[in-house]
Amino acid sequence: MIGQYLSLVGLEKHFGSVRAVTSLSLEIGAGEFVSLVGPSGSGKTTALNMIAGFEGPSAGKIVIGGRDVTHVAPNRRGIGMVFQKYALFPHLTVRQNIAFPLRMRRQSNKTRIATRVGEMLELVQLSSYGERYPQQLSGGQQQRVALARALAFEPPVLLMDEPLGALDKKLREAMQFEIKRLQERLGATVVYVTHDQDEALTMSDRVAVMAGGELKQFGTPTELYRYPNSAFVADFIGRMNFIEGNCVENAGGTAVVRLSDDTVLSIRAQGLPATAMAGQTIKLAIRPERVRVARRGEGGSGCLAAVVQTCVFVGSVHILVVRLESRPDVLLQIQLPAEGGLPFQERDTVDLLLDDGAIHLFANTERHAA
Amino acid sequence: MSGPSEVLQPTSPHQRRSTAASARFYSRGVSVCLAAPLVVALAIGFVYPVTRLVGLSFEGGSLEQYRRLVAEPLYLGVLASTVKVAFIVTIASLLLGFPVAYLMARLRHGIAMVVAACVFIPLWTSVLVRSYAWVVLLQRNGIVNTLLADAGITDGPMKLIYTQGAVIVAMTHVLMPFMILPIYSTLRTLPPDYNRAARNLGAGAFRAFISITLPLSLPGVFAGSVLCFVLALGFYITPALVGGPGSMLMATLIGQQTTVLLDWPFAAALSTVLLTVTLIFVFLFRKTLSLSKGLHSVH
Repeated sequence: MIGQYLSLVGLEKHFGSVRAVTSLSLEIGAGEFVSLVGPSGSGKTTALNMIAGFEGPSAGKIVIGGRDVTHVAPNRRGIGMVFQKYALFPHLTVRQNIAFPLRMRRQSNKTRIATRVGEMLELVQLSSYGERYPQQLSGGQQQRVALARALAFEPPVLLMDEPLGALDKKLREAMQFEIKRLQERLGATVVYVTHDQDEALTMSDRVAVMAGGELKQFGTPTELYRYPNSAFVADFIGRMNFIEGNCVENAGGTAVVRLSDDTVLSIRAQGLPATAMAGQTIKLAIRPERVRVARRGEGGSGCLAAVVQTCVFVGSVHILVVRLESRPDVLLQIQLPAEGGLPFQERDTVDLLLDDGAIHLFANTERHAA
Repeated sequence: MSGPSEVLQPTSPHQRRSTAASARFYSRGVSVCLAAPLVVALAIGFVYPVTRLVGLSFEGGSLEQYRRLVAEPLYLGVLASTVKVAFIVTIASLLLGFPVAYLMARLRHGIAMVVAACVFIPLWTSVLVRSYAWVVLLQRNGIVNTLLADAGITDGPMKLIYTQGAVIVAMTHVLMPFMILPIYSTLRTLPPDYNRAARNLGAGAFRAFISITLPLSLPGVFAGSVLCFVLALGFYITPALVGGPGSMLMATLIGQQTTVLLDWPFAAALSTVLLTVTLIFVFLFRKTLSLSKGLHSVH
């Protein structure tokens, strides 16, 4: 296993009065695959540049495998990096590109370099492309060369800055598995920056969600999806419906929320801070696949009346958009399994059952992702 | 002597390919119409006079003028020193101009504009003015001599003006923008990620420059060098003003033959030789460029 642990301690970066990153602390285990996700301007790229050494932090510490590298020059950190546009040197062949980091480390002799380059080419399945120039390769092949070059010197940490952004969807999915396979085989510690949350969920052991320069939540994909700690994370990871309501009561683990004059729900107060007091506006959040739909009158007690606005078939699922009758301002998205056809059509009146365990409550103090 | 058509020689195959593409885009008739004004202008203003000039040098079908040129060591000496001066000026412009171009490409926008202004404003100023400025600086009681004497470095005024050194200094100053601009435009298009990648892969700042930035900037260096060298070979005004009789260059020699001695056939022969030498050097430069493999694709 080539990976070592990486720890960021209270990392800060200020550009003038702008705080690009504020007190970012992360403990990343050896051989772990961690993604930094967030909208643009969330500070994830700045964080990556600080780890690589391209930007000096305003405060805080970066430690790799026990070695404090906060003030070490980028070429002495030994960190591998795959750039967004690959940054393969256009005047060098594929072989020379991969040999570059080995040549820069003077201890390697010529035959050892050649052997190592051969191994790396084999690892990324490009053995017959060694003598070509980067621009003679396809996007996916260039990506694999960049990966081979970054891994050639067995870096303790590999950084990847939106490496799949320039590829089309099919190729991107293939490369996700390719990168994952290599990472697991080599036991590399990877910090992966992306704005694509699907990509982050697919590939990562843990995901760090960032917004406005702050770390919002750090956890496994399942944790983030099931137990988001804020409306921002709930919205950013996966799809989420939000309904604003009025908190009538918040005691004993149960919250009573009024959606309109004649609609009051009693919900297990999962995730709602005790500071949310009666009279405050709060947010109900529920995943599209957790809303159950029945024909009008068949929903039983405690259900919400709604009207179907739109039905869309997207292959794996049907997506229904419904409008609450008691709250015409609220549109909800619902996912239903695609097999067996759709029992509803537009303008159908339906009953919605919101699973008690599937509802998250958030105090309405924060803004969520656009 | 060197017309604009030679000056624009160092085009990359990449550019040639894009011209071919636009030729395919326009119909033949439109292409002819678009090219016609330039072709006519070149034919009247360049091809015709040059042909007449070359014809004049072979007046009466004899090689008499060329025999004279070869027989007199002075003339060959002038040719040799012209090539030498052009070579030194090119090297000096490269050594002084590259850092400026690099600075312009790397600095933040505001400061880069200031540096660019320092390059452009002299370029927009008349060559005559800039050359006279050097006369003022270098003359016997000029600023440089006064400063040197006041600082106690020299005892009395030195002979600075009307020397080959003065010609080289002044020509380097005048021609440097032609070196800086092509190098700058090449460096400008290099993504900063190349340098970062090199640093990340273990290269120190200096090695990253030598092994990545410098080779990738070579197309600009070649283009700038050809421009400078070709312009320097045929440069007239500056050598005529700051150079003396002992440091005569081809262009000043030709000027003397036409305006003072009125020996037009011999001036024509000198011009033909200078033109030929210029074309040979342009050809050699291009050969070197096409030898540097992998550089074509860089932009």
